Amino acid sequence: METVTAAPQPDGRAPIIEIVGLSLSFEQDGQRTDVLRDLNLALAPGEFLALVGASGVGKSTLLRVLMGLAKPTAGEVHVRPDPAADRPMALVFQDSRLLPWRRVISNVAFGLEKTSLDKAARRGRAMDALRLVGLADLADRWPWQLSGGQRQRVSLARALAVRPSILLMDEPFSALDVATRENLQDELIRIRQETGKTIIFVTHDIDEAVYLADRVVALAGKPGEAKAIRVVDIERPRKRFSLALQELSARVKADIAPESAPRADDWVI
Amino acid sequence: MSARSPLHALLPLAGLVAFLLIWEAAPRLGLFPRVLLPPPSDLPGALMREINSGMWLRSMNQSLSHYTMGLFVGSAAGVGLGVLTGMSRVAEGLMSWNNRVLRPIPGLAWVPFAIIWFGVNQGAAVFIISIGVFWIVYFATHGAIRAVDRDLVEVASAFGFTSAPERLIKVMLPAATPGILVGLRTALGQAWMAVVAAEIFGVSGLGSRMMQASSLLATDVVVVYMLTMAALYGIMDTIFMYAQGRLLQWRP
Repeated sequence: METVTAAPQPDGRAPIIEIVGLSLSFEQDGQRTDVLRDLNLALAPGEFLALVGASGVGKSTLLRVLMGLAKPTAGEVHVRPDPAADRPMALVFQDSRLLPWRRVISNVAFGLEKTSLDKAARRGRAMDALRLVGLADLADRWPWQLSGGQRQRVSLARALAVRPSILLMDEPFSALDVATRENLQDELIRIRQETGKTIIFVTHDIDEAVYLADRVVALAGKPGEAKAIRVVDIERPRKRFSLALQELSARVKADIAPESAPRADDWVI
Repeated sequence: MSARSPLHALLPLAGLVAFLLIWEAAPRLGLFPRVLLPPPSDLPGALMREINSGMWLRSMNQSLSHYTMGLFVGSAAGVGLGVLTGMSRVAEGLMSWNNRVLRPIPGLAWVPFAIIWFGVNQGAAVFIISIGVFWIVYFATHGAIRAVDRDLVEVASAFGFTSAPERLIKVMLPAATPGILVGLRTALGQAWMAVVAAEIFGVSGLGSRMMQASSLLATDVVVVYMLTMAALYGIMDTIFMYAQGRLLQWRP
């Protein structure tokens, strides 16, 4: 993936990541399937962007492209180089995907084994990340001994440990029960405040998207396109299910409804 | 008697004692000639004679050395080729018909070539043992590598481990370890059978010592070596289970 310094944003801040004209399609048995079409996005440093849309709209595919796990058919992704980051991106998977043969601490240190850090330094960094997600006391457990919420915290710690420029999250809380989910959402808000991470968060839960994000991108259609980008102009700390959030939520729902064609006055960028 | 009663725990012991009593009684009551069926009470004496002559320890050492070398060579080749064919479609394709042709040949059918190539010596024994071990470990490894969760391999890629050796070390091998160990444990028993078979053809060790004793109708010595084999296998399997427990302590 080509890495160049991106042009400044309208508000003066240079974007940390810029996605330009990204399209992806794959061919199987001579049949061409378009997954994403002409996606353009730029994130300011420290921004929290949520991507919402129905299943199969290409949300996860976009994250896979950003991770370099899938190749786009057209378009470019520019990431502003950050010397402090071990990796440009790190991904938190929906199903945690901890390696069952590694203890919690060793799972968190996994990505650091690609760096030049020695074992003690890796352990130190992993412990820092575990402390950040509040699980330092479970460092020596095996993954099977953890609850679903704890596993997702470890998965988040594993991603944070490599100090990525951009943290990608693929429906990270969708498999959790409501109480755990809300708890982890608030934890994520706190961690984001402490670390100032830029986050791209994929979810099909629109309430979750508007509660967490600075901007919400509504993906819809086949192939998936950005139907609308809405700024969540609601002060933090936000009140869950407040009227303002619910109104915005309803608007995003309309954005991704299959029959809705984008209207010019709906566009807020 | 319920399965949980304390008496139930004594059943295996009672069974063994009954077996020994019947075995002891049969020759003593004259049902069998003593030379055809030596009673268990003759065995300690026979064992002491073999130990004192130095034959017992020497045969055991020879057999164990055949066993460990055959096991090592066969397992190393099996894991190596299993990993290769598990990770590479090309290697898998190349091996597919070779497997079909060579796999059904029993390890013992290699005895003529073992003797022609190596002579009646340690090399021949190791060769025969390792062939049996190889196929078991090869197929177990191949299957285990193929069955590794692709999602976990993707985790490795996501954190920058993109080369084949990195993927192998970081994810494939640890994930495949339980499956490989199942094959190794089967091979552990298979190799022991091969040891005895190879030695019955003349390579010195427990098997050949047993055959010598048999030709002199020293049946009590034969039984001593039969039980020695059982004991050694039991010890080996116990050590293996312990090592496996350590290696797989990450499993619930």
